[in-house]
Amino acid sequence: MDALYSQLFAGLSVGSVLLLAALGLALTFGQMGVINMAHGEFMMAGAYTAYVVQGAIADAGVSLLVSLPVGFLVGGLLGLLLEVTLISRMYTRPLDTLLVTWGVALVLQQLARDVFGAPNVDVRAPSWLSGAVDVLGLAVPKARLFIIGVAVVSVVALALVLKLTPLGRRIRATVTNRDLAETSGISTRATDRLTFFVGSGLAGVAGVVLTLLGSIGPTLGRNYIVDAFLVVVAGGIGQLRGAVIAAFALGLLQAGIEYTTTASIAKVLVFVVIVAFLQARPQGLVQVRTRSLA
Amino acid sequence: MTRMTWTPPPPFEPRDDRPADGAAAPATPAGTSTGTPAGTSAGTSTGTAVAGTTPTTPPSPSPQRGPRSWLTAARGRTLAGFTLAAVLLLVVAPAVLPDFRLNLLAKFLCLAMVAVGIGLAWGRGGMLTLGQGVYFGLGAYLMAMHLKLTDAGPGGVPDFMLLYGDGTVPGWWEPLRSPVVTLLAIVVVPVALAVVLGLAVFTRRVRGAYFAILSQALAAAFAILLVGQQKVTGGTNGLNGFRSFFGYDLADPVNKRMLYLIAAVTLLVMVAVVRLLMVSRFGELLVAVRDGENRVRFLGYDPARVKVVAYAVAAAFAGVGGALFVPIVGIVSPADVGVVPSIGFLVGVAIGGRATLLGPVLGSVAVAWAQTSLSESFPSAWTYAQGALFILVIAFLPGGLASLGGLQAAVRRRRAPDGTTGDGASGSAGPATADAAGRPGGLTAAADAADHVAPVPPTHSVEPAGRLP
Repeated sequence: MDALYSQLFAGLSVGSVLLLAALGLALTFGQMGVINMAHGEFMMAGAYTAYVVQGAIADAGVSLLVSLPVGFLVGGLLGLLLEVTLISRMYTRPLDTLLVTWGVALVLQQLARDVFGAPNVDVRAPSWLSGAVDVLGLAVPKARLFIIGVAVVSVVALALVLKLTPLGRRIRATVTNRDLAETSGISTRATDRLTFFVGSGLAGVAGVVLTLLGSIGPTLGRNYIVDAFLVVVAGGIGQLRGAVIAAFALGLLQAGIEYTTTASIAKVLVFVVIVAFLQARPQGLVQVRTRSLA
Repeated sequence: MTRMTWTPPPPFEPRDDRPADGAAAPATPAGTSTGTPAGTSAGTSTGTAVAGTTPTTPPSPSPQRGPRSWLTAARGRTLAGFTLAAVLLLVVAPAVLPDFRLNLLAKFLCLAMVAVGIGLAWGRGGMLTLGQGVYFGLGAYLMAMHLKLTDAGPGGVPDFMLLYGDGTVPGWWEPLRSPVVTLLAIVVVPVALAVVLGLAVFTRRVRGAYFAILSQALAAAFAILLVGQQKVTGGTNGLNGFRSFFGYDLADPVNKRMLYLIAAVTLLVMVAVVRLLMVSRFGELLVAVRDGENRVRFLGYDPARVKVVAYAVAAAFAGVGGALFVPIVGIVSPADVGVVPSIGFLVGVAIGGRATLLGPVLGSVAVAWAQTSLSESFPSAWTYAQGALFILVIAFLPGGLASLGGLQAAVRRRRAPDGTTGDGASGSAGPATADAAGRPGGLTAAADAADHVAPVPPTHSVEPAGRLP
């Protein structure tokens, strides 16, 4: 029974990391059809932000709490820069944005390697996040709980923004029908920019909390980007619900298969499961219904 | 898979967009019945979709069918280019280059084989495949396993298995002791995987970005699997230290030169195959699927089959390239097949011109050469250079360097009194109009221009759900 609980928790933990990484992707991919391969590098930038902030603020707890909003800003501004300079020119060629942002990712990685050095660096976790707490008779690392908490808060905050604020309304209108939104007086260009800012900012936040899981290096983002995209594909685009369900489903699946086989076989099996799942739902779990040809 | 079977004369149902299966076998070059649905669907709610191809006025001067001489201008150019490439590769390079450089060139040619396949699948077919490293790796590892087994002798065990494993050869390695089985497997295994994945994905109309992401995930999973199964794959170190190649000593420079010639001839054959495919009916269909998949479906073809064939050919090319890579380079490791090298294959194709015949070859050889010479002296500069290449070429020169020549041709055509043929090829910066209404005459014009110009693939036709096209 203990093993089951611990696997369940491992799955939740993996799922929450995936969710944080995929949340921003789902947003930008859903709205603009843009595949941002540099998203992982924005996470890496967030992680290094936490590292730099800790250099300025000695207290680990304070620096973590400061890093979260600063990481959001750093990621968001990087995203905004990318959108304005490159992606805005390429909205008619969504597939090509994938390759352009891959180029950006390569440059950012090498930049990180040149600035911070190739070896990994460590960010100290605050004392109140070290150790474990007892949940249902299982020792759960506090850092993992914190990450799950950040993921939940991010999802709720994003959902509220989308549901209640004028910005959210504009985003939802643009996702559902860009042309109609435009004719209704919404500046879809400005909306795109803001969406990209928020989505990339979430990547920054994800990067900050990832520092709690281990040391960080220039290729931090690359390790998460493929899985994060799989979450978006499996979850379907245009709505948060799909990404949330898919992230936790993939996390649990990964942890479950790893428990019975090995990590490398788990990756292959997860891939097979996703391809099989797309047989049933080619557009992913949650689909925005339109009358266009699929 | 729920599929409608073909029921004879279709009383057109406006909201039913399923393909009329079995009506046509797209891969056969001979004329299959095509035009039936076009007449019936005109004037229905989806009538705009076929407006560009209404059959009342057939596209008048079809370039391939006219009573012209066999050696048209396009054919002449292609033939001249091909001959020039053959002379350069088979005569000039072996005469001029020292052994070391020739071996390096042989390695580049193996990478170019993957690029030729990508040119077909991505440039002509619009399938952005980010996982060609998988097929490259399958071919490479199959060859490497065979070489390891022959080096170990009959019944012997490869050295790394004694090191990491329990000293026994796993059962699925055993068939690879046979050279015939190995040579077959190098083509069959990648093709089989590509067909299975292609059928699963394309028949369900998973395409565009979704397909790209899936292919990338495949590459990631494959590399992780190779690293994880160290006992049977050599893990991170990969497989290396081969001594002989089908009985020929790999340390002998003469045999190295022989390997180069094999690679050069193989590459030329592949280029010829692509050329033959592209001038066939299949080639026209492939470009048509790229430019307007739904239109092709309305015409009674199954776009999925066309795509699967192109994807499988690309996989076969990658597999053969990988297999030749192994004896030439002497090592294959997960670092050659993962996500990063898989996407790396694309940059050469993009630079050379993704939809041209020789562009992918020249581009990938040039990139590989630049990588080798740059990373020797400035290791970090190459990463910046590669990133910058991706950004600059894809964003600002999507047709590749070949499109620079194409631009001149387009200008010439526009100046010509009857400048109607160039529309499909030169409309790269056109607005994101609807998939169907976008490019008038795109089906014929694109196929016409495919020989020499690089028509920029109008990727806006692959819209994600959630947006009306």
